[in-house]
Amino acid sequence: MAHGPATLADGWKAYISRWVFTTNHKDIGTLYLWFSFAMFILGGAFAMIIRAELFQPGMQLIKPEFFNQMTTMHGLVMVFGAIMPAFVGLANWMIPLMIGAPDMALPRMNNLSFWILPFAFAILTSTLFMEGGGPNFGWTFYAPLSTTYAPESVNFFIFAIHIMGASSIMGSINIIATVMNMRAPGMTYMKMPLFVWTWVITAFLLVAVMPVLAGAVTMMLMDINFGTSFFNAAGGGDPVLFQHVFWFFGHPEVYIIILPAFGVVSQIIPTFSRKPLFGYSSMVYATAAIAFLSFVVWAHHMFTVGMPIAGELYFMYATMLIAVPTGVKVFNWITTMYKGSLTFETPMLFSIAFVILFTFGGFTGLMLSIAAADMQYHDTYFVVAHFHYVMVAGAVFSGTAAIYYWLPKWCGKMYNETMGQVQFWVAFIGFNIAFMPQHFLGLAGMPRRYADYGLQFADWNMVSSVGAFIYGGAQIMLLINVILTIRNGKPVADEKVWEGAEGLEWTVATPAPYHTFEKPPEVK
Amino acid sequence: MSLAASNRKLLIKLLLGAVAMFAFAIFVLPPIYTLFCEITGLGGKTKGEYTAVDVRVDTSREVTVRFVASNNALMPWEFRPTMDKVVVHPGEPTEITYFAHNTTSEDMVSQAIPSLVPNNMADYFHKTECFCFDNQPLAAGEQAELKLVFIVDPDLPASVNSMTLSYTLFDITDRTAVPVAQIQ
Repeated sequence: MAHGPATLADGWKAYISRWVFTTNHKDIGTLYLWFSFAMFILGGAFAMIIRAELFQPGMQLIKPEFFNQMTTMHGLVMVFGAIMPAFVGLANWMIPLMIGAPDMALPRMNNLSFWILPFAFAILTSTLFMEGGGPNFGWTFYAPLSTTYAPESVNFFIFAIHIMGASSIMGSINIIATVMNMRAPGMTYMKMPLFVWTWVITAFLLVAVMPVLAGAVTMMLMDINFGTSFFNAAGGGDPVLFQHVFWFFGHPEVYIIILPAFGVVSQIIPTFSRKPLFGYSSMVYATAAIAFLSFVVWAHHMFTVGMPIAGELYFMYATMLIAVPTGVKVFNWITTMYKGSLTFETPMLFSIAFVILFTFGGFTGLMLSIAAADMQYHDTYFVVAHFHYVMVAGAVFSGTAAIYYWLPKWCGKMYNETMGQVQFWVAFIGFNIAFMPQHFLGLAGMPRRYADYGLQFADWNMVSSVGAFIYGGAQIMLLINVILTIRNGKPVADEKVWEGAEGLEWTVATPAPYHTFEKPPEVK
Repeated sequence: MSLAASNRKLLIKLLLGAVAMFAFAIFVLPPIYTLFCEITGLGGKTKGEYTAVDVRVDTSREVTVRFVASNNALMPWEFRPTMDKVVVHPGEPTEITYFAHNTTSEDMVSQAIPSLVPNNMADYFHKTECFCFDNQPLAAGEQAELKLVFIVDPDLPASVNSMTLSYTLFDITDRTAVPVAQIQ
């Protein structure tokens, strides 16, 4: 019985059932992508509130307590709600197409891992309306701020984190099983597209560290409600332990966010350079090396906690070592472009900006890794600027590139190239206006997570806020472009949407049919 | 093996891996951390009761030991050392006292948590007797002199000539099931 997915023409009941009960990897990928975009707008709204308050010194718009909730929720929603689900969505859509599989390995679990996410974020967001407010202890939720001094709503926060963790673990297991068991005949590991490779490695990282995060919040839960003293000095515990456990999760987490982004640009740059990726196998090994190193450098987030000099030296050198495999990757992207026949469509523009800005953020990371210097930089806007260069210009730029790159394949229509390029330049310029000045603010000593600041920081804060509003506007342009494309974009008929594109996903019809590769393709 | 079976096998393996990591975070990391701090003497956590084995007193050296007291949030007691500092010779047992006063009209139990600076010198600071080894119950309005006997280790590195011992007083009345009178 061959039938397509239910559309609105079949009645709204059938249409809703289709999305709620779907086990199709493309449907679930689409759900993930729309959900993450909704969270991106929500987290972005929180960021706009933060930047509006920081536009001028003094308290203008909101109370300091609410400001703290905004910084916390912005971080949590962006990391767990926007960036991670966006890449899981891309993985759902693209991995089966790239390795020639008919669907994900565990489709019903796939449905579950998506549909628990909206509940997690509904719970998390609802805390803002509770008495005492939402989480206000920073996205890193250090104890005892998040235990002894936390608002009552902290238990909802803990429950939300547990659900997100369960969702991520199930999603990762699905990806690992798909890649290990469902590759088309002839698709050996070293023939897999780099996006698939980076995602498998990411999935292993997720399975390893999301339970550690769950452990950290579980210990918080027990300290708060059941009288244990994991992080409470009065009962023989130690708040510093929390930081170790958190960053044992937290450092691999930042690579969980960035590795799939590496994968995306490793697909896009060869396409628009019309050359195969330079140094494919070194890319794979570099990714694995970064993933391994991510487990042994966590304490560089806590140099100021009072570590012995030997510990500081070890974590400093181990951290600097990560620059080597990362440098290999940047070298390979640049060498792929070298002497290629380059064209600069929107996905390529975002990818090139990714390489430049991510490298910049990597260098500020190297500055922060110097233990002696970190005493000055720690918890200043320099850190804020650093991780926004790697998270926003890294993960978000590459995610945007991925949407422009694969959107024609998904919906069979071409986006508006002019509007895409305008959006790129608005995003690129807005981003740099927003975050470049934060380096100067941090070096001058402005601490992060404060609702107010000294007058000497006023000018650069105003510039930064203006940039943030421009960057926020660019995201609305992206949304409009995507909606216009889906509604009335110019139809694309070619299987190969981009002239220089290689890979199995470009051998299926455009738009990608609901069921693909029911007969596995032959890979030579 | 069919595809579904091998998928299920992989699912179970990975789920077990995730459960193992969860157990690792809760049951292994905290004890490892405590053990690591104990072995290395890091974190400024002074150790439990010490039995003096060595009577060698190094009269050629003097070390200043300062005392600090603080109350954890919401702890209403009056709590302070009876002297700010004392100059000792390494190896010599010294007795000092802290003063505590339960200023409330409730019976309360407190626990003093020590911390030493420089925080990697905790191995060289021994307590043969300390009020902090037990909790401190005080009835409403009661006052007490809390006793501490310590020895600075003669092997203390020559570069260190002063140490600061700090006690933070926590209210643990809620955690203690037994009434104050019984503990006393």
